[in-house]
Amino acid sequence: METVQQDITRGGQFIVKDTACENVFTPEDFSEEQQMMRDSVKEFIDKEVWPNKPRFEKKDYAFTEEIMKKLGELGLLGIAVPEEYGGLGMGFVTTMLVCDYISGATGSLATAFGAHTGIGTLPILLYGTATQKEKYIPKLATGEWFGAYCLTEPGAGSDANSGKTKATLSEDGKHYHINGQKMWISNAGFCNLMIVFARIEDDKNITGFIVEYDAENPNGITLGEEEHKLGIHSSSTRQVFFSDTKVPVENMLSERGNGFKIAMNALNVGRIKLAAACLDAQRRVITESVKYANERIQFKTPIAKFGAIKGKIAEIATKAFVDESASYRAAKAIEDRIQARIDAGNSHQEAELKGVEEFAIECSILKVAASEDCQNCTDEGIQIFGGMGFSADTPMEAAWRDARIARIYEGTNEINRMLSVGMLIKKAMKGHVDLLGPAMAVKDELMSIPSFDIPDYSEVLSEEKEILGKLKKVFLMVAGSAAQKYGTELEQHQQLLMAASDILIEVYMAESAILRAEKNAKRNGEEASKYQIAMAQLNLFNAVEKINNKGKEAIISFSEGDEQRMMLMGLKRFTKYTNMPNVIALRNMIAEKVTEENKYCF
Amino acid sequence: MKILVCISHVPDTTSKINFTDGDTKFDTNGVQFVINPNDEFGLTRAMWFKEKQGASVTIVNVGGPETEPTLRKALAIGADEAIRINATPTDGFFVAKELAKVVSEGNYDLVIAGRESIDYNGGMVPGMLATFTDANFVNMCIGLEIEGTSATAIREIDGGKETISTNLPLVVGCQKGIVEEKDLRIPNMRGIMMARKKQLTVLEPSTSESHTKIASFEKPAAKGAVKLVDKDNLDELISLLHNEAKVI
Repeated sequence: METVQQDITRGGQFIVKDTACENVFTPEDFSEEQQMMRDSVKEFIDKEVWPNKPRFEKKDYAFTEEIMKKLGELGLLGIAVPEEYGGLGMGFVTTMLVCDYISGATGSLATAFGAHTGIGTLPILLYGTATQKEKYIPKLATGEWFGAYCLTEPGAGSDANSGKTKATLSEDGKHYHINGQKMWISNAGFCNLMIVFARIEDDKNITGFIVEYDAENPNGITLGEEEHKLGIHSSSTRQVFFSDTKVPVENMLSERGNGFKIAMNALNVGRIKLAAACLDAQRRVITESVKYANERIQFKTPIAKFGAIKGKIAEIATKAFVDESASYRAAKAIEDRIQARIDAGNSHQEAELKGVEEFAIECSILKVAASEDCQNCTDEGIQIFGGMGFSADTPMEAAWRDARIARIYEGTNEINRMLSVGMLIKKAMKGHVDLLGPAMAVKDELMSIPSFDIPDYSEVLSEEKEILGKLKKVFLMVAGSAAQKYGTELEQHQQLLMAASDILIEVYMAESAILRAEKNAKRNGEEASKYQIAMAQLNLFNAVEKINNKGKEAIISFSEGDEQRMMLMGLKRFTKYTNMPNVIALRNMIAEKVTEENKYCF
Repeated sequence: MKILVCISHVPDTTSKINFTDGDTKFDTNGVQFVINPNDEFGLTRAMWFKEKQGASVTIVNVGGPETEPTLRKALAIGADEAIRINATPTDGFFVAKELAKVVSEGNYDLVIAGRESIDYNGGMVPGMLATFTDANFVNMCIGLEIEGTSATAIREIDGGKETISTNLPLVVGCQKGIVEEKDLRIPNMRGIMMARKKQLTVLEPSTSESHTKIASFEKPAAKGAVKLVDKDNLDELISLLHNEAKVI
């Protein structure tokens, strides 16, 4: 098994190891079957959901349920469910692809779909016994039943393990009685099953339970009123109260005290799928914005022709491209990892769990990056629409409100930022990723005289790849020195961790875009891939600027004197271009292509 | 009942139309292709016959390997098998001749084709096909029922409808109305997975006969901006109509 593991990419390894472009999966690599599935989803959303966007904004919860049922009929709720449980047994890439295109039209449906297929179904699929799976999964995979996930409580949000909901064993030992209050429960209003986390006695960790819910026979379960929210207006979100809710002992999920682990592992999948859910949302906003910019005439000119608007179009299109590149790259790495484990004899369940867990760092990175890009995209979308963007009559307003939640749920972006660096350091301590060796090498390099050779940049994106290598060194220098200085106390220095995390995120995202553009340039020629190359270059430039800034902030916070001077010199060296790109020219080129096509077209 | 549905692989209606090779060839660069809408209405009706009357549904197309995704979509919607005649469809006569061979060899009872394809809009294939195969023919078909070997078809005529009784074998050229837009099906995921396992037979063309050749294409002139002329300034209006628009 170890030999298999060594051959394929490990999670977090990107920061110390270069990846060949041939070894990354890109959206241009979808099979014909995957493309057909994507087109089917798109057709469904364009026909049934997009034209009905106003209904979602008017809090038509029944409509969300109706669309969810139709998704079930099309087989879209069972994509990731093995065939033996009534699903389609598709791999992780297809699961992401379907999630991507279902989620773009409205955050309400994205949330209902994500909550049901992800945290509502997955815990049973990943941790359930054969009996539990046979009983519940076929119903969930077809949309006969809907699932909800009850983790958060009034006093337990980011600190999920601190919940006060109790599960008490009955005297005859046949049932648990659940008592407590859960809040922000997506799909609560129409679910038939809840994954509920509760504490047994004074256990250190919470325990998961499968709780059936039937409104006619509520079994001590009461639902609060629908919450009034900023966005995702038709995603049913309620409090759930449990009062002596009787749950058979056989409905315990996994073992006693395993709830926190279940909750966290379900969230890993939830995070990367949330990144996918932010992709088509961006594409749609870009397409709507550019259509408007092409039609809106001011000063006798379509505003799309103005540089100020071109800059915005280019930046948001570039981020969408980058997010696509990174999301599908990670999705395939996870899929391959799962397959390797299955080939090595792991059960499907175990393989899936460990496969995703391996890439928990990437899941966090993607969640943060895509949710923030989506937010920025909708914000700039409003700006391109000007006053009309502020009106609820155009789709920008709802898109902007809907995007806001993505930075909060599935673990806030702050938690995910700290997790990404924290998990990487843990992996290094376990010996899964060698951070120390490369970090020491960077230290040595800082002491040495830089090379004055004139490098050969004739290969496509070769200068960018060299810079990327240097950006990785910035992370190793900052995180390595900070870890050395603070040891286990590092987690107390949250702002420092956030800065390190920003560097880590920028590196993964920039690398993914560069590798996608390089792979396509190598197979289709540079001319055919010139826009992808331009976007990879523009994004890298932005990443370099951000890393320079965050690097400084971090270095100054924990070092002084000669050490500080040396690291700041190193930072300067590692963020230096030989040939600066003309980013304004790049933006114009990208924007003009999007404007000509009148849609997001990469 | 054995049904054959003819499927054309055509540019999506929102595609930008351009020509290459001195305006003699359609530029497929960046164009997305779909099932010809008239054919899709026909395919959907065929699916109804399959589900309600136990018909078998074969689809056929004359085209290169690039048309296979379109065929597979039709299989995903529910057709049982597909035939692709491996040739570039040069003109209506050529396509009808090739299809006629498939129809005769396959002993199909009913052939459903779109009234016309939305790319070249020739509208000749269904009629020619009926002639070559000695079958009855109803064009502009907006309703079709089959009972044993007799068929009742509704045809759109100028300002009304015409109901026709006829017998199988029959070729219909259909359009919207044979089913409505809301009846069209989006392939479900299981259908897509099954499509991969369904038979797609590639046949080489039997003849290369083509009676017409495209000399050149021309796009309609781009719409110009509207010019507003003051209601009191008739001289300017006349001058514009005469000198610029050249209509008087």
